Amino acid sequence: MKNIRNFSVIAHIDHGKSTLADRLIQHTGIIDDRDFKDQILDNMDIERERGITIKSQAIALPYRARDGKDYILNLIDTPGHVDFSYEVSRSLSSCEGVLLLIDASQGVQAQTIANLYLAMENDLEIIPVINKIDLPSADVERVIEQIDSELGLDPSGHLKCSAKDGIGIEDILEAVVQRIPPPKGDPGAPLTALIFDAQYDPFRGTVIHCRLFDGTVKKGDSIRFMSNNAVYKVEEVGIFSLFRKKTGKLSAGEVGYIIAGVKTVSDIHNGDTITHDTKPCDVPLPGFKEVKPVVFASIYPIASDDYEDLSVAVEKYTLNDASFVYQKDSSVALGQGFRCGFLGLLHLDVVQERLEREYDLSLILSVPSVRYRFTFTDGRVLDIDNPADYPDPASIIKTEEPYIRATMMMPERGLGSVIKLCKEKRGVNSTLNYTSPGRVEFTSEIPLAEVIYDFYDRFKTITQGYGSFDYDVIDYRESALALLDILVNGEKVDALSQIVHRDGARARGIMSCERLKEEIPRQMFKIAIQGAIGREIISRTTIPPFRKDVTAKCYGGDITRKRKLLEKQKKGKKRMKMVGSVSIPQSAFLAVLKTGHN
Amino acid sequence: MKDSATPDVAGLYIHIPFCRTRCGYCNFYSVTSLFRIPAFLAALMKEMDMYSRKFSIFDTVYIGGGTPSLLHVQQLRDIFQKIEKSFVLPPNTEITIEANPADLDISFLKALQDMGVNRLNIGIQSFDRQILAFLERRHTAEQAIYAIEAARNAGFDNIGLDLIYGVPGQDMASWLDTLSVAVSFHPEHLSCYQLTLDADTSLGIRRQKGDFSLPGDDLQYDFFMKTADILKDAGYIHYEVSNFSRDMRFFSRHNQKYWNHTPYLGLGPGAHSFVKGQRWWNYRSLEKYITEIEAGKQPVQEMESLTMEQLQLEALYLGLRTKRGINISKFAGRYNCDLIAQKEKVLKRLQEEGLVAIQNGCLRPTLSGLAVADSLSLI
Ligand SMILES: Nc1nc2c(ncn2[C@@H]2O[C@H](COP(=O)(O)OP(=O)(O)OP(=O)(O)O)[C@@H](O)[C@H]2O)c(=O)[nH]1
Ligand code: SF4
Ligand SMILES: [Mg+2]
Repeated sequence: MKNIRNFSVIAHIDHGKSTLADRLIQHTGIIDDRDFKDQILDNMDIERERGITIKSQAIALPYRARDGKDYILNLIDTPGHVDFSYEVSRSLSSCEGVLLLIDASQGVQAQTIANLYLAMENDLEIIPVINKIDLPSADVERVIEQIDSELGLDPSGHLKCSAKDGIGIEDILEAVVQRIPPPKGDPGAPLTALIFDAQYDPFRGTVIHCRLFDGTVKKGDSIRFMSNNAVYKVEEVGIFSLFRKKTGKLSAGEVGYIIAGVKTVSDIHNGDTITHDTKPCDVPLPGFKEVKPVVFASIYPIASDDYEDLSVAVEKYTLNDASFVYQKDSSVALGQGFRCGFLGLLHLDVVQERLEREYDLSLILSVPSVRYRFTFTDGRVLDIDNPADYPDPASIIKTEEPYIRATMMMPERGLGSVIKLCKEKRGVNSTLNYTSPGRVEFTSEIPLAEVIYDFYDRFKTITQGYGSFDYDVIDYRESALALLDILVNGEKVDALSQIVHRDGARARGIMSCERLKEEIPRQMFKIAIQGAIGREIISRTTIPPFRKDVTAKCYGGDITRKRKLLEKQKKGKKRMKMVGSVSIPQSAFLAVLKTGHN
Repeated sequence: MKDSATPDVAGLYIHIPFCRTRCGYCNFYSVTSLFRIPAFLAALMKEMDMYSRKFSIFDTVYIGGGTPSLLHVQQLRDIFQKIEKSFVLPPNTEITIEANPADLDISFLKALQDMGVNRLNIGIQSFDRQILAFLERRHTAEQAIYAIEAARNAGFDNIGLDLIYGVPGQDMASWLDTLSVAVSFHPEHLSCYQLTLDADTSLGIRRQKGDFSLPGDDLQYDFFMKTADILKDAGYIHYEVSNFSRDMRFFSRHNQKYWNHTPYLGLGPGAHSFVKGQRWWNYRSLEKYITEIEAGKQPVQEMESLTMEQLQLEALYLGLRTKRGINISKFAGRYNCDLIAQKEKVLKRLQEEGLVAIQNGCLRPTLSGLAVADSLSLI
């Protein structure tokens, strides 16, 4: 155990975590150069396409240190985007230290600080590493100064590297060995293992990712999940190399996986403690803080027959994404589905895409919402996130919405536009703080609903990518709300209903109608699209019918060619949702939820 | 209405894959290497042999292309002789040939009559010089007029003219001119096609490059409606989306076989055949066609067995392109699908919109329904 080091690489998004992981992996020689690809731990298609890490990924690296001894370094690459901070916090629970990466040209950013706090909460050894020193715009001196002033860490402990060019890699490995403490724990004590992740393997059932704090687990052992006392027999244990690698046993201090033929997916809970059935430990580990979703939306299969598939899919999916929560829901327009909670809009996007890809589904999402608070005439107070549950306005005496404190770090020159943006988004109580020359930290209290709408993209555009953004939900404040419905040919499409601030209702109604008009293809008859609050129509537009098909000549009995074309169109139509007699494509639902400035 | 063709007797299509020049919009299979005509004809004769046992009788024959009218009289005669040797053609068989106006003179036309050709379909396309040039047709408007008159003089009493509308640069007035010239000859049959351009035709490529664009669907709709109006006033029956005829007797019996899932045999490169739920088609290459036949093989590129669902879709899209529409109970029996029960809601909506009507047990498109026939078939 003295030769094990468990550590995560944490940083703001894009500061080079996965690239540094690449270099560390290559340095330890566990992969041939010809099998290597950049950001090798980002193995999901969606991660590679978007160039970001979404899932934490663990890998065990063998390393012979300068002291001549062999070590096993369990590295966990983590995501940087704020929506995936739950991934980071779970990863940290199985570590004794972190490499806190800082981009030498961007300096300390919002998630640098947020992730530093996570590491501190877990009492981890923190090694600040300044990355991208090869960049011409690198300003190492300034970052060293920020490590002191903004992070409150001892700047003399920093390391410098270029993950891209492989500079400073060995010093990092040495620092991991020397500065991060080995895990504590007793291999002879009763088994105490923390489930920090899992995934569903169609052949093997559930693969549990865990960190052993005490005890030893071997193939053939009977293990018990402490939250529900379900007992399973261990079929395989091992560590994470680039692939799963069987080892026959795992001991205190190690990070690895257990396969125990768990087909009942719901038996597995992230944060649960695994122990031995016959010789259990006394108390379970504290587990994880409960996730607090902030964005809510319903998902429905495009083809109503796919509901069963979807419900199996979401159950398996939650294994691998502990921050995703869901419950049954149903819609008049879209049938049965699930009401889901997400940690942000990117998270929502990722969940939809992963469900579609990994489980071969086509989904429709309702317009995302935050959780509002209603006080009724009879004194009851109710939190509601689903527009479908919007109460009778006559019974409401008070409506409140969640506010966040947004912390924005950016170059000074974008400040004016950011202040304007926050004003437009009903921001109040702003503060301004000059963190270092030319850089400011601006905070504002803004309704969360405004931020999930189209805040983030506009903020990024204004700050040209040099701004970073973090937020905490602070409280609920009174606010005038209304329910905006969308009608297509007179039929309410409940998945498009939105809870909105009264002042912005009309603008939102107009925008929604216009977006739908752009996305719904012309059909054989006129389509009227309306936005309504109660009985009052506040916006409307129509899509004129198309009146002429291209009825080309069928050449010499070639009926097949045209049929194939029609079959293709028919398939496309199946991917649309029928509301009354109007076919609405998936893109229309997306367009409304992304309503905002282009 | 009695079916003008006996329902189950097959039709024969022969594809003559040669043209003197290629027109810019054309996606039919043809080549300009006319020296290969003899080799093609030899192969065609052998192909007929290959099917003489499988098929015995045809009551429609359609010689299409390409440009069948560029064959010599003797070559055509050989083809007809071979057909008669290999198959039975009952009296009253509809025998159609397609012709390019530039190829037609009295003696050629008389020879066609002697061979038994009783229906002549002339590819006029337009009487407007500029439109003809744009389409890269090799004949003139004058030749077209001469050809029609010559055909009448030669004794043809079933003449069909093909016209194209929706050509870039063509306004409504220019199209109506062409249409009225055509009508002035009282042709028994008129086909008015909307110009469509496949991406791999020379005009299609120019269009993609942005040289010109096709009229939008509102204008196309106007062309379509105006054409329907004028021809109705002139006494024509609009029996299929692009086809008009002066009398039921002159409906193209051969084409109706395609639309009714009646068996047909197609010979020549690229030709399609259909028998009992199976469709197959020949190689769309003259040389491949010839070498296969010379090797004693049927020159079939692919064969498909249509599923009930595919047959249904075809019957829908073809049926909804015809004025007669779809006989609901026959459809149910043949394609195992009760349209009224399955599509009740949509059909109701389409009736309200005036796109279809249900009359005498038939689901028929209205005139504006015909204009969106393909979409109707996707309900
Ligand atoms: N010039 C330079 N570029 C680097 C260096 N390290 C990483 N990059 C680039 O920075 C970008 C982001 O790198 P990643 O390794 O994906 O960053 P990350 O921190 O893992 O990003 P997330 O996982 O999305 O938070 C990529 O384009 C890398 O090539 C470096 O040392 N120098
Ligand atoms: S349109 Fe007719 S004449 Fe012109 S190339 Fe095509 S087949 Fe030949
Ligand atoms: Mg990464």
